[in-house]
Amino acid sequence: MTFINYASREINCKIVYYGPGLCGKTTNLQYIYDSTAPQAKGKLISLATETDRTLFFDFMPLELGTVRGFKTRFHLYTVPGQVYYDASRKLILKGVDGVVFVADSQEERMDANVESLYNLEENLQSQGYNLMEIPYVLQLNKRDLPNVVPTEELASELQRKNEPYFEATASQGVGVFDTLKAVAKQVLTELRKA
Amino acid sequence: MEAPFSIDEQQFHRIKTILARLRIECAARVVFLVDRDGQPIAFQGDIGDMDTTSFSSLAAGNVAATSSMAKLIGEDVFPAVVHEGERESIFISVIGRSLLVVVFDERSTLGLVKLRTKKASREVAALLDEMTETSANRKHGENSFLAEITDEDIDSLFS
Repeated sequence: MTFINYASREINCKIVYYGPGLCGKTTNLQYIYDSTAPQAKGKLISLATETDRTLFFDFMPLELGTVRGFKTRFHLYTVPGQVYYDASRKLILKGVDGVVFVADSQEERMDANVESLYNLEENLQSQGYNLMEIPYVLQLNKRDLPNVVPTEELASELQRKNEPYFEATASQGVGVFDTLKAVAKQVLTELRKA
Repeated sequence: MEAPFSIDEQQFHRIKTILARLRIECAARVVFLVDRDGQPIAFQGDIGDMDTTSFSSLAAGNVAATSSMAKLIGEDVFPAVVHEGERESIFISVIGRSLLVVVFDERSTLGLVKLRTKKASREVAALLDEMTETSANRKHGENSFLAEITDEDIDSLFS
């Protein structure tokens, strides 16, 4: 849920990166962190296993600038992708303002994408949200790999409500900021209606 | 989309006053009020170079995890969470949708912190109820600056 502090003139919003294991959610955050000026970001916190798999969540606060005299700060979270961390995923969706679904474009990960997307819809519902109503963007990641599903085919399989989608290679930063910008725009546009 | 949760200047100063008093009463290093979704609301005390945004997010994650553990063993919620370190310790009291977090060292004791936090929690709870109400009412009033946000304003954030 967006938090507005009229005393410090700040708007705080929460964006969650969702998707199957190893699809590149943490890589998205890492790229944003590496490419952002120090004064615009906080620490990148990773609650990860010893093998660098996300255990609970990754988190970074990102300040985008000022709107109507209010500082806009986005709190970016990732969820753990592995199926058995479902309890953690549910918790991280609490208070979410916008979601990015990061899909793995490789053919062999198609089933994992579909399963994770279904899981997102279910977990949003359990927190009282509806995917059809919440600001939402689809990212088709790992487009640099050789065995990827064609973009149109992947998008038509995974799109749920004609949401914008972006081809990405998060490890090289391709599509990372386009995705973030699209979801942040939707969140602020929704806020306007609030 | 849920209506934004907001705090006005007067409420912010009242919260800061409660936190300042609590900090003195329990000889704490720093006292935070954090939303259960991880948003920092206010703090009082010596933060040094602590990253308060990350701290708030982790406190909320911590309580979210322990609350889910409580449910798995048949408890509704753990109303308080304690972490005791060699020098610094943390006491978290769950107050509805918010967390009152006290960071203290050897100058205080867990017993004192618990006692003083209990009293402050009641004041914080009353103020939070008021904030929830004003947030809902403000939807059609003071939040109108949100309605004035233009596409150009949003685009300018990314230029």
